[in-house]
Amino acid sequence: MAWTWFHRLGSPPYIYSLAARLTPWFAWPAALLILGGLYGGLIYASPDYQQGEGYRILYVHAPSAWMSLMVYTTMAISAAVGLIWRIKVAHAVAASCAAMGASFTFAALATGSLWGAPMWGTYWEWDPRLTFELILLFQFLGYMGLRAAIDDVQRADRVSAVLAIVGVVNVPIIHYSVEWWNSLHQTASVMKLSKPTMPFDMLIPLLMMFLGFTLLFVALLLTRLRAEVLSRERSAAWIREVVSA
Amino acid sequence: MSLEEFFAMGGYARYVWPSYALVLAAIVLNIVWARRALQRARTEARRRVAMKDTT
Amino acid sequence: MNETTPALEAARLVLARDLRLAFRRPGELLQPLVFFAIVTTLFPLAITPQLSQLRVVAPGVVWVAALLSSLLALEFLFRDDAHDGTLEQYALSGQSLTWLLFAKTASHWLLTGLPLAVMAPLAGLSLGVPAASVPGIVVSIALGSVALSLVGAIGASLTLGVRRSSVLLSILTLPLVIPVLIFGSSATQRAIEGEDFAAPLYLLAAIAVLGITLAPLAAAAAVRISLE
Repeated sequence: MAWTWFHRLGSPPYIYSLAARLTPWFAWPAALLILGGLYGGLIYASPDYQQGEGYRILYVHAPSAWMSLMVYTTMAISAAVGLIWRIKVAHAVAASCAAMGASFTFAALATGSLWGAPMWGTYWEWDPRLTFELILLFQFLGYMGLRAAIDDVQRADRVSAVLAIVGVVNVPIIHYSVEWWNSLHQTASVMKLSKPTMPFDMLIPLLMMFLGFTLLFVALLLTRLRAEVLSRERSAAWIREVVSA
Repeated sequence: MSLEEFFAMGGYARYVWPSYALVLAAIVLNIVWARRALQRARTEARRRVAMKDTT
Repeated sequence: MNETTPALEAARLVLARDLRLAFRRPGELLQPLVFFAIVTTLFPLAITPQLSQLRVVAPGVVWVAALLSSLLALEFLFRDDAHDGTLEQYALSGQSLTWLLFAKTASHWLLTGLPLAVMAPLAGLSLGVPAASVPGIVVSIALGSVALSLVGAIGASLTLGVRRSSVLLSILTLPLVIPVLIFGSSATQRAIEGEDFAAPLYLLAAIAVLGITLAPLAAAAAVRISLE
């Protein structure tokens, strides 16, 4: 029973229609959560006793950083699935992740820089977490460059899959860097398994933003996946029905 | 909190607002790119189907 | 060499072949080393000729120069064998491609990393480091360049089919070797300052061991994909 469902996921026409149906279910909740999180973060949450109103950058910085790590991990896992089980749809998922991952990594770095300027006194610091996050940006760009440089789609899929998998080692490094090294970044106060140490009115908008960004990622991924699947299935019969609809 | 105080963000306005603008721009850009990619793929596919029909 | 040859023997044959071929063109062998010397020279010209100030940046300069020289030499790691079909023969030989690529990576290190490790103290001395730090510099670069060759082999195998791949090769490889750079220059710096540099050296060794186990595997996977 479960295997049939898994097999159907590998079928491009099924994935195409499933993605089309699912997208609104992720897009609208994402919009609501992000709007709610923006309100909560900018207005509802009380100012920090140390950083005043300046800490509110957290509400866009932390979700962007979370996105950069989550998107890369998704990219690496789907690349591995595509490589090991030779499932074309998995490769299409990986390809769909790259541009999003790069833009949110850049957003995390830029907002982090804007936050660091007033708080740490500098726009940049070669602190482990920042340095490895910057490396992550290069990894996304390298992945996109490698894909673009190989004309044959199947080979591009599989070669870039190896690259994505090899590079996934950076993700735990970024996450644990604040514990392994003396870092300017504070240690995890939300992503701990024990109770988070943030006050409630600050925590709720943050969680809303995390969830909203995640749902947004899924909605965008589904859209891009549809585009990828369409452009890969050169002359399949099901495309005819889909585009004349 | 008055509207002026809101925009001033306790003096941090020139860090907070560009940050929010940047991330919102990233979100909007990604939405636009994704939709455009799908549109392009559909147009391409339509063209391929049309070509097949005429050959 | 055929499928009945034991893996170690096959690897030794590949290594011997690569070394023999390389020594037939000693000019090509010297190129990375000359590049290293020139790049090292650029820094005093660009920053300051004051030895007291150069000493401070010496570890970084030596490491970056060694890294770039090693990258340049990577181009030649697979290129000729891919062109004349030798790589395909390796893949079809029934031997473990992982072992054969390990042998090729070992030849790259022997021909590039090791000579760079020997030359590095000269570069360091020209930048004002004390003579007592020479053994430390040699060891740290020798160890770090092992990891450079291994990660570089992955990058080279990924870009096998790509035209004009040298820049892309650097873009793919450099992010992955940054940890090596960090620990390596830390070790070199401590050696220069006369402190105990065992700790970063152990980390470099750990990375090298990890690389030896995993990098040839990844490179073999990438080569097989590129040859399909």
